[in-house]
Amino acid sequence: MSAQSGPTQSGSEVAQSGSGVALSPQDTVERALAAARSDDCIVIADESSSANLRWAGNTLTTNGVARSRQLTVIAISRRGGEARVGVVSRAGVLEHQIAGIVAEAEFAAAEASPAEDAQPLVTSMTDGPPAPSWQEPPLVTEIGVFGRFAAELGGAFDAAASGARKLYGFAEHQLTSTYLGTSAGLRLRHDQPTGRLELNAKSADLIKSAWAGVGSRDFTDVDVVSMDAELAQRLDWAARSVELPAGRYETLLPPTAVADLLVYMYWSAGAKDALDGRTVFSKPGGGTRVGEALAPLPLSLHSDPAAAGLQCAPFVIAHASSRESSVFDNGLPTSRTDWIADGTLGALIQTRHTALLSGQPVTPAIDNLILTAGGAEGTVADLVSRTSRGLLLTCLWYIREVDPQTLLLTGLTRDGVYLVENGEVTGAVNNFRFNESPVGMLSRITELGATTPTLPREWGDFFTRTAMPPVRVEGFNMSSVSQAS
Amino acid sequence: MDQNQLDPEFAAYPLRELADTALGQARKLGASHADFRAERIRGQQIRLSDGGLETQYDTDDLGLAVRVVVDGTWGFAGAVDLTAAAAARAAAEAVDVARVAAAMNTEPIELADEPAHGEVTWVSAYTVDPFSVSVAEKTALLADWSAGLLAAAGVDHVDASLLQVKECKFYTDGATTAMQQRVRVHPSLTAVSVGPDGRFETMRTLAPPAGRGHEYLTGTGWDFPAELAAIPALLAEKLAAPSVEAGRYDLVIDPSNLFLTIHESIGHATELDRALGYEAAYAGTSFATFDKLGSLQYGSPIMHVTGDRTAEHGLATIGFDDEGVAGQQWDLIADGILTGYQLDRRMARLKSLGRSNGCAFADSPGHMPIQRMANVSLQPAADGPSTQELIAGVTDGIYIVGDKSWSIDMQRYNFQFTGQRFFRIRNGQLAGQLRDVAYQATTTDFWNSMEAVGGPQTYVLGGAFNCGKGQPGQVAPVSHGCPSVVLRGIRILNTAEEAGS
Repeated sequence: MSAQSGPTQSGSEVAQSGSGVALSPQDTVERALAAARSDDCIVIADESSSANLRWAGNTLTTNGVARSRQLTVIAISRRGGEARVGVVSRAGVLEHQIAGIVAEAEFAAAEASPAEDAQPLVTSMTDGPPAPSWQEPPLVTEIGVFGRFAAELGGAFDAAASGARKLYGFAEHQLTSTYLGTSAGLRLRHDQPTGRLELNAKSADLIKSAWAGVGSRDFTDVDVVSMDAELAQRLDWAARSVELPAGRYETLLPPTAVADLLVYMYWSAGAKDALDGRTVFSKPGGGTRVGEALAPLPLSLHSDPAAAGLQCAPFVIAHASSRESSVFDNGLPTSRTDWIADGTLGALIQTRHTALLSGQPVTPAIDNLILTAGGAEGTVADLVSRTSRGLLLTCLWYIREVDPQTLLLTGLTRDGVYLVENGEVTGAVNNFRFNESPVGMLSRITELGATTPTLPREWGDFFTRTAMPPVRVEGFNMSSVSQAS
Repeated sequence: MDQNQLDPEFAAYPLRELADTALGQARKLGASHADFRAERIRGQQIRLSDGGLETQYDTDDLGLAVRVVVDGTWGFAGAVDLTAAAAARAAAEAVDVARVAAAMNTEPIELADEPAHGEVTWVSAYTVDPFSVSVAEKTALLADWSAGLLAAAGVDHVDASLLQVKECKFYTDGATTAMQQRVRVHPSLTAVSVGPDGRFETMRTLAPPAGRGHEYLTGTGWDFPAELAAIPALLAEKLAAPSVEAGRYDLVIDPSNLFLTIHESIGHATELDRALGYEAAYAGTSFATFDKLGSLQYGSPIMHVTGDRTAEHGLATIGFDDEGVAGQQWDLIADGILTGYQLDRRMARLKSLGRSNGCAFADSPGHMPIQRMANVSLQPAADGPSTQELIAGVTDGIYIVGDKSWSIDMQRYNFQFTGQRFFRIRNGQLAGQLRDVAYQATTTDFWNSMEAVGGPQTYVLGGAFNCGKGQPGQVAPVSHGCPSVVLRGIRILNTAEEAGS
């Protein structure tokens, strides 16, 4: 059964064997909390399912479906102002193993040193029973989610073969239902569909290459035929090839490339590291750069759990503490957060712990990212038409941090760099290695188009929910030529 | 090593019965080939920030996988419960997946033959199971090391982390039934210094991740106290170091840095699935295409690179791969010429290369095996020089130690790396550190400029836990051994200038 046709009853399904039964995630959470002897306890039950197809050279290569069931128990032992935490996360837990997992977590807490991010547990904003959805079984995806899409893809393989193109790519659909319960009475549930399609077309000699990608919640909105047509047009653009040297170029970045650069910047925007003086967002002499202007244009970079088409968890789900998250914050509501407002750094990723250290608001990480600029309008094609000479990129690849001080990133252009002259694409250019900082780049964005949903090519394994405009950047640093095609 | 006991909890599952159920069901439903895997993978992360506990996270992944070939098409399904019902259902799902996929498949799947190995057991070489040591003991050790660094002048922050993994794997295809277990650990400490002007530098330990047990933290295979004692002075020197002048330099590269360059520019470039285009839309292809096998001048004639799944303490070392192929060692580059690839059974048959060299790996029971990297290592010169002797032969250069940033293009031509420590070499002597250094080159130019390789006394087995490949993404651990080397005329960038400052 596919996601769009509604939930299946896997939650009530019982895996029966000599070694025990699997409880529903809700019952698992309640059973674990009932078994808890520590001062506080947080239990997260994740039920995940996924289906994927992968193809290369107009033929399917691998595929699969998988399910997992993960129980995470966070035991907290409090003494004075200190709290010690033990976290145990285990797959495939059966009923008779639940109490043992809780005991393991409590043992880990007992021998842990005090947690630096200790806070009271989050309590419910409203009294009363959990929302009705708490009792509903988890959502499940299966290979059938690709039913119509797979047929269209088969057709696209035929069309590509007759057009001397080879198609490569990957389609994946995942559904995770998360049940969060705490000894403070919180009962929260979140269903997260995550889907993506990446389509790559190459000429028969593999020299020319073009790429397109989309995120999707259910694959009903994916149009392979039009994506393939767009890729065919880009391969046509490459009929004329132009060799250009390294250098700084006026460059048009499409939404996917903007997403990849800004997602990395977002991941680097932790308040803890900034306070420690070790990121691009640290203020020399101490503190953070919140309040500083980063861009002359009125850019807004924000996350919003309710963003249409990009919906994500409206509360914190933290399986373990890290520099940017705290298990103590589990269940904390999240809402629209402007990381950059009107071109000025507005917020860094904060836990309740780091908010106390920084004196700034509690702004936890949210699993989507959106860049807008007032009433900016226009597509990539519109930006091309307003360009006298510049480069148009398709996407970026192998992005890595070179220097945290400036957040200098390096990486490659991939699957199509085009020369734009007098408002038109006039040929395909060799690939480049770039060295650029997304923070420095913000000050050199001279024009933006309309914001559209896009899939970050590089970070799509980890972060799919983005909406970005195409942008024009002055002096984008192409550090050297790459022979790759 | 026989003294290490197989994980009793994993061994207690009725694995053979589950396999019989799955394989029987798959054959009944029309599969011409079926294999079964069950795995338990335990992980533990401990992270400290300035000596305080930041992360303590235990994971325990359990599940089974069934892979089938039906009418020449792959089908795969994973399940989380080690029960007969789940095994039978996964087999049926795998067959279903193959039938849905058949409409899109144009290349019939055939596998290279592999001798039947019967019932085999393999356990990696370690002394102390990291999961037998208490979290309190490990946290205390990291806290002690952190405190030592924090007490030193100029050290403002210390990150300490310890990653530990124990993999238990059961595989059968009917001909080979393998029960295997291996452990790996990666301790790492980074000291940070923030100058009064806001400029900061970091200095990380060079200790590589290793296929060893907890003994690695207590004196076997690495001397942590000695390395940590040297960190504060190295960090202070780096913060005060002059910024490098961009240009071309002769380089002496230490194994602690070179392993990653080998990984990116040789390891991935000699994966046959990349050369054949199966990774074309994601990880990428390779300039070392199949037509160049036996003729490509990859590097200078002193270059000898092997692939293996057998090196003791290697992170990619295993007795039998995820297709039942026994671990082997073979040449990838001999006398500077491309002579081999990393294979799985399907590709070995497709290209008529005989037996697979055993590079199939899946990182979890939820994933289908794909060709993953063997330990890919540059061999030292039998009577070769020491690192100091290599440095003595350079008039105007840089000695690069430790890995940090890395990036390479999708055909493995153009790469850029940074490092932990860059020492100026003048007239054969080290003359203090430099900062803001990156080296950039094209793979074959770089390896053809290699003038000398050090002797066995310079050889270190480096590696990483986190090599990514495939869609859905899979993470694999892999080791790379190498000696120190000398390369002539490599392009050095100034990263501050690259950032426009």
